Amino acid sequence: MIEVRNLHKSFGENHVLKGITTTFEAGKTNLIIGQSGSGKTVFLKSLLGLHVPDKGEILYSNRVYSEMDEYKKRNLRQEMGMVFQGSALFDSMTVEENVMFPLKMFTRMEYEEMKERVDIVLKRVNLTDAHKKLPAEISGGMQKRVAIARAIVNKPKYLFCDEPNSGLDPKTAIIIDNLIHEITVEYDITTVINTHDMNSVMEIGEKIVFLKDGHKAWEGSNKEIFKTDNEAVTNFVYSSELFKKVRQMYLEERN
Amino acid sequence: MQYLENFGKYFLMLREVFSRPTKWPIMKNLILKEIDDLIYGSLGIIIFISFFIGGVVAIQTALNIESPFIPKYLVGFTTRQSVILEFAPTFISIIMAGKVGSYITSSIGTMRVTEQIDALEVMGVNAVNFLIFPKIIALLLYPFVIAISMYLGILGGWMAAVTGGYTTSAEFIKGLQIDFQPFHVVYAFTKTMAFAFILATIPSFYGFYMKGGALEVGKASTTAFVWTSVVIIIVNYLLTQMLLG
Repeated sequence: MIEVRNLHKSFGENHVLKGITTTFEAGKTNLIIGQSGSGKTVFLKSLLGLHVPDKGEILYSNRVYSEMDEYKKRNLRQEMGMVFQGSALFDSMTVEENVMFPLKMFTRMEYEEMKERVDIVLKRVNLTDAHKKLPAEISGGMQKRVAIARAIVNKPKYLFCDEPNSGLDPKTAIIIDNLIHEITVEYDITTVINTHDMNSVMEIGEKIVFLKDGHKAWEGSNKEIFKTDNEAVTNFVYSSELFKKVRQMYLEERN
Repeated sequence: MQYLENFGKYFLMLREVFSRPTKWPIMKNLILKEIDDLIYGSLGIIIFISFFIGGVVAIQTALNIESPFIPKYLVGFTTRQSVILEFAPTFISIIMAGKVGSYITSSIGTMRVTEQIDALEVMGVNAVNFLIFPKIIALLLYPFVIAISMYLGILGGWMAAVTGGYTTSAEFIKGLQIDFQPFHVVYAFTKTMAFAFILATIPSFYGFYMKGGALEVGKASTTAFVWTSVVIIIVNYLLTQMLLG
């Protein structure tokens, strides 16, 4: 579980995060949504420890980040997995080497043991025949799957995903969403996803935090987002005609 | 002000390069890869340039000493002095700033743009040590490259001078041996080591701290080449003054 308490972050005069308080539970897919410039990326990077907050606290399973020394912070990072927007695979390494990388860096496993673990996670993300390929030789969807495999290979407690669906076709995007959700439940990971994709919100948004101008403007589940009358949320989520109609149908059905 | 900031940032980066080392089995492979990319991959161009520039130095010298009062062995002497003192260590380092330096900046810069460096940092890897330390170690072999350059430069000079009929082989070899000061070789390799460190770290700095996209990677490579060359020239001047002045 990750608890965020009154988080503030500024860059010079630009006050980006303005007192965000929320909780991300384990075994659930938690989504951060909001318009461009709302502070989503800064929030996610703060959760990752890449930005130091000006004020407020982040607790990882009741451990206060700001009270940790460098050694503990490094150990905490090894409990984190991250899926980057562009996958961020090491392009000089094969798929297998990419996935094996965290194991080589942070464990004392023998090669055979590592190989076995890599095979398991690659099978889990439905990639069984790409071990020896370079990232440039596989599709965008496959790269995302490799990135997920690399993020989970060291059995992380926390999984962060930055726009995991960007650049993917709708069908592959749904496959990636479902994969992240299944892995979250299966490994009981605290997953936080930064997304613009409203399909993801509807499909896997067990907890949604909506940011507006650096504030938490709303939070709830994908069920609740249909019913909310929060104007900021409805303007953002139901900005397309299709989603407006979906919502209308849902509400009519309920009534 | 920006220069001052970069200056400080560069030294902070150097401190980070030598802290929190990467596990040796991984580092060993990284070093071998860098030796292949930076040293072995540069040999072809260095062999080619050294041989022909050595030849040109010999021909130019011969053509400029037509006076009968100047001995012909001066062609060998001048070629030796030019190649060992300046051409091999300094001129080749400027060429390497273009070849190796731009490769280092663009490869690290591309890793920055594609979030690969962020991925390392999120995992808790000391990205500066992981990326830059192997380059510094690989370039410890740079003096061997310069030694090859010296040898081939002189060989090229000898071939050009003898086959062109500018001097005899015996005269040229006499010139190579006359008034030879071993300290000149020490001086050349001392500055080669300094240039190797500059070649590994300045392009890495510009790649690691670049911001933006593909266009900025190109700009960072150009900036890295300019600054690496400038620093090599300044350090060359300072070391020459200190060691020979």
